[in-house]
Amino acid sequence: MRFVDEYRDPALARSLAAEMRSLVTPGETVRVMEICGGHTHAIYRHGLEELLPAEVELVHGPGCPVCVIPAGRVDDAVAIAEHEGVTLATFGDMLRVPGGHGSLSEAAARGADVRMVYSPLDALELAHREPDRHVCFFAIGFETTAPATAVTLLRARAEGAPNFSVFCNHVLIEPPLRAILETPGLQVDAFIGPGHVSSVIGTDAYRFIPAEYGRAVVVSAFEPVDLLQSIAMLLRQRAEGRCEVENQYTRVVRPEGNPRALAAIAETMETRQDFEWRGLGVLPRSALRIRDELAALDAERLFELPGARIEDPKACRCGEVLTGQIKPWECGVFGTACTPERPLGTCMVSSEGACAAYFSYGRLRRPREEAPVGA
Amino acid sequence: MPDRGRRPPLRDERVTLAHGAGGKATRDLVAALFLEELGNEVLDPLGDSAIVSPPKGRLALTTDSYVVRPLAFPGGDIGELAVNGTVNDLAVAGARPLFLTAGFVLEEGLPVAELRDVVVSMAAAARRAGVAVAAGDTKVVERGKADGLYVTTAGVGVLEHDVHLGPERVRPGDRVLLSGTIADHGMAVMIARGDLRLEGDVESDTAPVHELAALLLSLGDSLRWMRDPTRGGLATALNELASQSGLAVRVSEAALPVRPSVAAACEILGIDPLYVANEGKLVAIVAEEVSDDALALLREHSLGSDAVELGVVDGEPEGMVLLDTALGGSRIVDMLVGDPLPRIC
Repeated sequence: MRFVDEYRDPALARSLAAEMRSLVTPGETVRVMEICGGHTHAIYRHGLEELLPAEVELVHGPGCPVCVIPAGRVDDAVAIAEHEGVTLATFGDMLRVPGGHGSLSEAAARGADVRMVYSPLDALELAHREPDRHVCFFAIGFETTAPATAVTLLRARAEGAPNFSVFCNHVLIEPPLRAILETPGLQVDAFIGPGHVSSVIGTDAYRFIPAEYGRAVVVSAFEPVDLLQSIAMLLRQRAEGRCEVENQYTRVVRPEGNPRALAAIAETMETRQDFEWRGLGVLPRSALRIRDELAALDAERLFELPGARIEDPKACRCGEVLTGQIKPWECGVFGTACTPERPLGTCMVSSEGACAAYFSYGRLRRPREEAPVGA
Repeated sequence: MPDRGRRPPLRDERVTLAHGAGGKATRDLVAALFLEELGNEVLDPLGDSAIVSPPKGRLALTTDSYVVRPLAFPGGDIGELAVNGTVNDLAVAGARPLFLTAGFVLEEGLPVAELRDVVVSMAAAARRAGVAVAAGDTKVVERGKADGLYVTTAGVGVLEHDVHLGPERVRPGDRVLLSGTIADHGMAVMIARGDLRLEGDVESDTAPVHELAALLLSLGDSLRWMRDPTRGGLATALNELASQSGLAVRVSEAALPVRPSVAAACEILGIDPLYVANEGKLVAIVAEEVSDDALALLREHSLGSDAVELGVVDGEPEGMVLLDTALGGSRIVDMLVGDPLPRIC
């Protein structure tokens, strides 16, 4: 398959693996966090950890948009879906995310009209197709998916869509990164920067990481050879004593990002005072809400929502997994009380979640990863 | 065989509740459509039961329901699927398919022409697989209570040999064979539904695998286990084998045959072809020493021209399926969780 095979070339992968081996100091562990859940999924799907030198340890970061949605927001979505005459449309991954009172798929089984869509524009079209129902799009995601929601809001306003709204849960990438970087005793030496988020916000957005926290960043694409090359670039920075933001995903990502996408977000959304994150708690100015000018399309203003804060299950350690403090299997309920079929925490729901990716693809590799820290 | 020419023509354009009421309309539908297309000496008497003589050998019985939407898709339709699916369940159990029964649930308002198309392709599929439809039933439900039509087929086959197939016969060192490309059916139906706004020249692989199965049965006890990897895909079939045998199955991503158009559609949708349904494929475990011969047998048949040796059975890790990735890594291939995919069979 053109445009895919080139990035899955075993010979290229082997040569990158050899390059990495020449760049590490034997016995000196380098901990690399991949911020983005898409990277986590690709790493496990292609078995990349086996190709890395033993000195490179991957830590899975907070960038799975499903995993960071708190239970209270899921309950809000369920409350919207349970209104008479309302259809809640959302991405498939959200259906199984546990709220305080069950998931959207359980609400659907009780009779709520919950439908899976592939884009917010599909939800708007659904609203046009079914004028007798109110269609609410449950919007989630980082700056990656926010432009699509923004464009949908603008189109809904232009076309006039009296039966359409958006329940906005878009979040920003910088606040959780700062939260991680300020974690006492942080054990991450370098970051693989998210690719799709960066196509919107640009690589310049990560300059604070080397400048303020002394950690290198390489923004990476998603194919296995891309990821190997990005890790090699991080190791090379380290070997050469550099610490900066580099861009491996040059075929898509620009230093300044995508001005039109950023403009669409700015026109439709503004930063919230604060927002609750699964596992990370309340982070100030970490999420987006719909602007007053578009209040008629804002589900948070149209519906009365419970808006409750629901404690994460005590046994669930999603927060520590999301911040790289523990590995998925170090959580007491991993694979026992919490499995992809019956997830307790969100990290076990999406295939981009660290726990689910690890459970589905990687549980055999535990012995190697359990090598003593700092060995 | 009765004289088809004397059957009354069916004048109705759409299925109505009367067609399921058991009266004259039902009789006309059965005579002018079902008997016309599927008729044979066992079915034609329309008794309460079909009467056949018992064949020599062990019997295999199976049943399956078909609820695919849309009813017709590139490469096949629900009628063909309902015959091939049940024929294949018999075939991979080591049986020669003999008879099918078919139960239809029709939705009020279904165009009779669409129903006829489905029944015509059932008849063609039955002829191809060498089975007779021996009994049938029709019910009609109110509009909105079914997606056009549902079909349930049951099948009877005969095992004309002493080969015993099963997960308990699989041994470490045995080889995993696959009769051709994966994920064609599931992707063809998903694209045909139109929800995904994808277009592509992807066709369902629906086909009867009974001849492929018979070729492998000629290997005798060296054939250990067969399965048609339908819903849940190859990954699910291999996981069931791994957990039932308590052994590990190790397969090679580089050896996996996936058509480029199917691979592209899967890539765009983020779907792993290992979990996508097939409707005309056979996966078999054979003893190492007959693996090359078995592959040659499969490849001689038109339905097995893309057959491959996909991997090997290992002792450990117990109950797991592992994939050696094309890139040189490896990973677990787990059971599918939830259902990210629409109804496809």
